[in-house]
Amino acid sequence: MLVAMAPDVHMALGYAARTRLSGFVRLLRDNAFAIGLAETRDALQIMAQGHAARPSLLGAALKTLFCSRHSDWAKFDELFDAYWLQRGMKSATRIQGAPQKPPAGIQALANGQRGDGREENPDRVERGEGSDDSETGQSKREGASRTELLSQTDFRHLIQGEDIAAAHALAERLSKSMRARLTRRMRARRTGQRIDLRRTIHKSIAHGGIPLDLVRRKRKDKPLKLVMLLDASGSMSLYSSVFLRFMYGVLENFREAEAFVFHTRLIHISPALRERNAQRAMERMSILAQGTGGGTRIGDSLATFNRWHAKRCITSRTCVMIVSDGYDTGPAEELGQQMQALRRRCKRIAWLNPMIGWQDYAPEAAGMKAALPHVDLFAPAHNLQSLEALEPYLARI
Amino acid sequence: MTTRTSPQDAIAAQLAAVGYIPDRALSTALWLMGSLQRPLLLEGEAGVGKTEVARALSLAHETRLIRLQCYEGLDQSAALYEWNYQRQLLAIKAREGDDANAVEEQIFSEKYLLERPLLAAIRQPVAPVLLIDEVDRADEEFEAFLLELLSDFQVSIPELGTIKATTIPRVILTSNGTRELSDALRRRCLFHYVDFPEIDREARIICSRLPGIDTALALEIATMVNHIRKEELRKSPGVAETLDWAATIAGLNIRHLRDEPEAVFDTLMCLIKTAEDTSRMTREVTDRLIGKVA
Repeated sequence: MLVAMAPDVHMALGYAARTRLSGFVRLLRDNAFAIGLAETRDALQIMAQGHAARPSLLGAALKTLFCSRHSDWAKFDELFDAYWLQRGMKSATRIQGAPQKPPAGIQALANGQRGDGREENPDRVERGEGSDDSETGQSKREGASRTELLSQTDFRHLIQGEDIAAAHALAERLSKSMRARLTRRMRARRTGQRIDLRRTIHKSIAHGGIPLDLVRRKRKDKPLKLVMLLDASGSMSLYSSVFLRFMYGVLENFREAEAFVFHTRLIHISPALRERNAQRAMERMSILAQGTGGGTRIGDSLATFNRWHAKRCITSRTCVMIVSDGYDTGPAEELGQQMQALRRRCKRIAWLNPMIGWQDYAPEAAGMKAALPHVDLFAPAHNLQSLEALEPYLARI
Repeated sequence: MTTRTSPQDAIAAQLAAVGYIPDRALSTALWLMGSLQRPLLLEGEAGVGKTEVARALSLAHETRLIRLQCYEGLDQSAALYEWNYQRQLLAIKAREGDDANAVEEQIFSEKYLLERPLLAAIRQPVAPVLLIDEVDRADEEFEAFLLELLSDFQVSIPELGTIKATTIPRVILTSNGTRELSDALRRRCLFHYVDFPEIDREARIICSRLPGIDTALALEIATMVNHIRKEELRKSPGVAETLDWAATIAGLNIRHLRDEPEAVFDTLMCLIKTAEDTSRMTREVTDRLIGKVA
C-alpha cells in the first residue's frame, strides 16, 4: 500500500474532485497556509489511493499535509468542516476576522490619535504645571532650541508623513549600529584563534604533510536580537503612533526582532506588521487596535509575555525595550516580580519613558518605582533625538 | 493485516505493540510519512513524547534509530561527516616522497571518512528512522543545509564526490519552538502538533509501560496529572514524569490516591521540577486536586 503512485495517477480522480480540492487549497492559502504545488499533488495522491474515503480520515491526512505550524493546526478543522461538510461557519471565507469598521489600520493608529485624549483616559495623571503648555510641547524642556526642529519636536507634535519617515530611517540606522554578537558557529578565516584542521591538512599534502599554510577559523558574528514592548494605553496615545512606526522600521531592518503592544492585555503584532499583503495587514491591524487608548495593566501584560512568549522570543542575546510611561493600574508588586523574572532571562532591559523629557519629571508612579531596580537603562523617548541618543548604548551591549 | 483494517489502524497497532499509544492524527501522519516519503515535523511542549515517537517507530519497523541532537553552532563536520585527521597525517608521513596526487587520492578515500548521523542515515542497507531532535536549536545555515539533504537525499563531499542515498530514511524532526523555523523547511515536512495525551490515553500509556499497575489507579494518576497540568505551573509535568510518578505510587503499594494524601504530596517531586512550582503546589492545593480525582 505504500507504493509510490505514478505521476499521472491523479488524472484517475474525477474532474469534480480535483476542482473541489483546488478550491480547498485556495481557501487555505487565503488563510495564510503555506501550500505549494508539491503539497497539492500529494493531496491528490492521498485522495486517489482511496484510503481516505471517509471525511474524518481525509481530514486527518490533509491536516498533517497542509499544516505547517501550530496556528494552522488550530484552525484547520474549522476550515475543513466548513468547506467539505458545509457546517460551522456561515461561509467558508477568511476566518481571521473581517473588520467591523472600514479598515482603520496602522494609518489610523498613526493619525487618528492626535486628539488630546485626556477625558477618556482614566489613568492619565494630571500634571500640575498647566496643560496650556502642551500646545508647544518642548517649551517645557530646558535648553530646547528650535533650530533642529524635527529631531527635537516632542512626539506629541510629530504626526506628518516625513517625520514618520524619519522615525523609520532612524530605526534603520539603529539596527546597523548595533554591534553584532559573537556566536559559536565558526567560519574559515585567515586570522582566527582556532585552526581549521580539515583545510590545513588538505593544504599540507603538497608539502608532504607539513602544515605550512595554516587555515584558521573564526567565530561568526550574529546580530543582537531586539524585543520591543510598546504601551498603547490612553496615557501614551500621543506617543504610541510614532513608536509603532519605529517598531515597523525595526522589524524591517533587524534580522531578529519581535514587537508587542500592550494596554490591558498583551498583543503580539510582529506577524501583522510583517504582513506583505496590504489589505490583510490593514484588517489585522484594525483588529489589533481594539482596546488601545484605554487603561494599562503592565504587570499582567508582562506576565503574559513571560509565560507565553519569552521562551520563544528571548535568548541570552536579546535586548528587551519597553516603551511606557509606567502608569499602571495593576498592583505594583506584580510589575516588580514580572520585571525580575524577565531580567533573569534576557541580556538587557531598556525602559524608555517619554515623560522623562518633561520638566521636573521624577519616576514616582508606584509601578515605575517597582520596575526601576530591574532596568538597565532608563532613558527618555519623547523625540527623535532622544532615540538617537540610544545608539551608543545599543552599540555597547 | 486484513483488508478491513485501514493503514492508520495498522500503524497504531504496531506502535501499541512496542509500548507507544498514538492518537488517530499521529498514526495518520506516520502513515502518510511512509507513503509520501516526506519528513515529519513534530511540535509541542517539552515532555509530550515527541522523541519517543521516533523510538517507537524504529522498534515497530525493526530498524535502526539514528539520532542527531541539534545545538547552536552544529555544523556539517558534526552532523554529516568528518575526515579522520590522525590517520590522514599518519598516511601522509608513511608515504612521504610519493607522488602528491596519489597521496591525496588515498587519504581522501572512504577509508579515512568518519560517518556522522546524517551520512550514516542515508547509507544503511535497511531504511532507518532518522531523528533530528530539537531542530530549532540549530541555526538558519544548518536548516538550509538540512533542507537540501531532505529533498535530494544525496550529499556531496568535495574531496570524494556525490553520495546518493541507498535507502530513504524515515525522518522525524522535533521542535520546541525556541526559534521560528523557515517556511521552506515547514513546507517540506508533514506537520503534527503533539499535545499532552487526554486522560484515558495517558492511563493506557501508564498501563502499557507499567504492566503490573491497577487500571483504576492508572486512571486516577492520569486524572491527577491532568489537573496538575491545568494549574499555572512554570513547567508542566510531561509523560515521562507521569510514568515516574506512577511507578513510585505503585511501588508504595498505594491503591487509591485519596487514601494516602500524605504520600501523594511527598512524592510530587517526581512531577514538579522547579522551586517556584514547588512553592505553588502546597498541601492544600494537592488535597484539593486529589478531591477532584476521587
